[in-house]
Amino acid sequence: MNKRNILIVDDETPARNRLKLLLQDLLYEGQIFEAKNGVEALDLINVQNIDVMLLDIRMPVMDGLETAGHCQRINNPPIIIFTTAYDEHALKAFDLNAVDYLLKPIRAEKLQHALTKAEALRPKQLEALKPLNSPRVYLSINERGRVHLVPISEIIYFRAELKYITVRTIAKDYLIEDSLNALEIEFADQFIRFHRNSLVAKKSIRGFEKRADEVGEVHWVVLLKELPETIAVSRRQQHLIKEIS
Amino acid sequence: MQSMELPDCRNLGVNLRILMVIIAMMVMAAFLISPNLSQVFSMLSVLASDAVPILFLSLLLLYLLAPVIKHLPYKIGVMFVCFMTLSATIALFYVNPLFFYHETEPSLARSVALTLLCTLVVIGYFNLRRRALSPAINEARLQALQARIRPHFLFNCINGVLSIVRTDPKRAETALEDMADLFRVLMADNRDLVPLSNEIALCKQYCALEKLRLEERLSVVWSIDETLLNVMIPPLVLQPLLENAVYYGIEPLENGGEIVVLVERRAKQLHIEFQNPICKNNNHHKGNHMALENIRERLSLHFDAEANLNSRTTENDYQVEINFPLSA
Repeated sequence: MNKRNILIVDDETPARNRLKLLLQDLLYEGQIFEAKNGVEALDLINVQNIDVMLLDIRMPVMDGLETAGHCQRINNPPIIIFTTAYDEHALKAFDLNAVDYLLKPIRAEKLQHALTKAEALRPKQLEALKPLNSPRVYLSINERGRVHLVPISEIIYFRAELKYITVRTIAKDYLIEDSLNALEIEFADQFIRFHRNSLVAKKSIRGFEKRADEVGEVHWVVLLKELPETIAVSRRQQHLIKEIS
Repeated sequence: MQSMELPDCRNLGVNLRILMVIIAMMVMAAFLISPNLSQVFSMLSVLASDAVPILFLSLLLLYLLAPVIKHLPYKIGVMFVCFMTLSATIALFYVNPLFFYHETEPSLARSVALTLLCTLVVIGYFNLRRRALSPAINEARLQALQARIRPHFLFNCINGVLSIVRTDPKRAETALEDMADLFRVLMADNRDLVPLSNEIALCKQYCALEKLRLEERLSVVWSIDETLLNVMIPPLVLQPLLENAVYYGIEPLENGGEIVVLVERRAKQLHIEFQNPICKNNNHHKGNHMALENIRERLSLHFDAEANLNSRTTENDYQVEINFPLSA
């Protein structure tokens, strides 16, 4: 039990140092890794064998709750123990859903207890924590058991195709299994639904144009800043063009 | 028990309020006594020719005697103010006909009675207003607010100290001293004005504590006009703004940022400005408004219209500025 690899994720160096000291006090024998935020943590998890993650909630770049969500896409995700100084809402939700957490300042005994007792997060628990979460900053894509992070700000559009959704960035296309409706709700302030099958990033819209298709029917399309391709605007959504421009 | 106090008649906001109350009463009177709507304006001008000279003479007297009134007990102050307005009425009763011609001259007794009534209405209005903004109510609200904000800060402090207690005991010692000072002020009875220098010292202690956990991510640039350090301001106005800047501006940024604090003299006012970088994808802004509203209310209680607080967001920065009157 005392030999598992631990990853400490906290943006504050003194806080990480204190946790390391506590683990020393407990004569912990496993390897200890450190990360400053969720992105660094996920990068480490991809390459190292991490058994337990002590995960701070409030962090820049990617917070603890989002990190926990992305973690679930990994094969054999580490056991997560949240750490927090003071966050009323989070604590209430944790208690309700029996999520493991430690309150800072963390006591050595409590840490010991948590390390021996902690269990993996169940999907249901994670689902219950969703309301706490602000919109994700990254989208995670599972590639051969590893997690690849795509910043939401780099996504130009989502397009639903049969079972999958294509995520288009300048560099690359990705396929994810998700629901366009859920994405639309989560990122309502950054993306607009112009068509039943597509969500376009507001910042990527260059303008609108009328185009005739092969049959000769005239449709509106969205012109993109980064790409030459266009996105169709369905008749029902044409009113959005006026609202935006 | 909260002490009763007459408003400061040298304050622009107070004078504007008096004007507005009297004008509202004149308009109401004109409506009541006019036989039809078309005559309301002519009636108003007749009323004004009697009332406005009294009003201005009274305001002038009160302005000149404001320092005297300030030191009188409330009841004597009220009597003194009534005496001033009545003297103005009587004096003008004899002087006015020399300049204006009236078909129906109001009798002296009626003028005196009306002036007394108006004076008491205005004093009553200020009394009510003072109660509405009284520190007793404010304090309750403030405590509710503090209960929500402070635990966060308290635990951050404790965690900060704990994390260095083994590696740097000396710094931990200083940190605990800073913490004691800060919490002493937070828990004190914060009704009276304090010198600006106290508030700035408090802000610096606060920064030292935050630096324990944020380290080089937090940097604060102070630009302070030293000649202003003795100006009196309400306590705990600056520290919450700095705390906001740290919480909403610095913490969400991976590599932190710089807070600029500017204290200078601008157009005969004390101008204080906080500037912090903003994080693009940050969704916690509710608490911020609560703190700003609270500070605004306290400024209004102490300075009425002569102090103000404004905030604005630019491309990369968030700025809050406060202007205080220098004479206070």
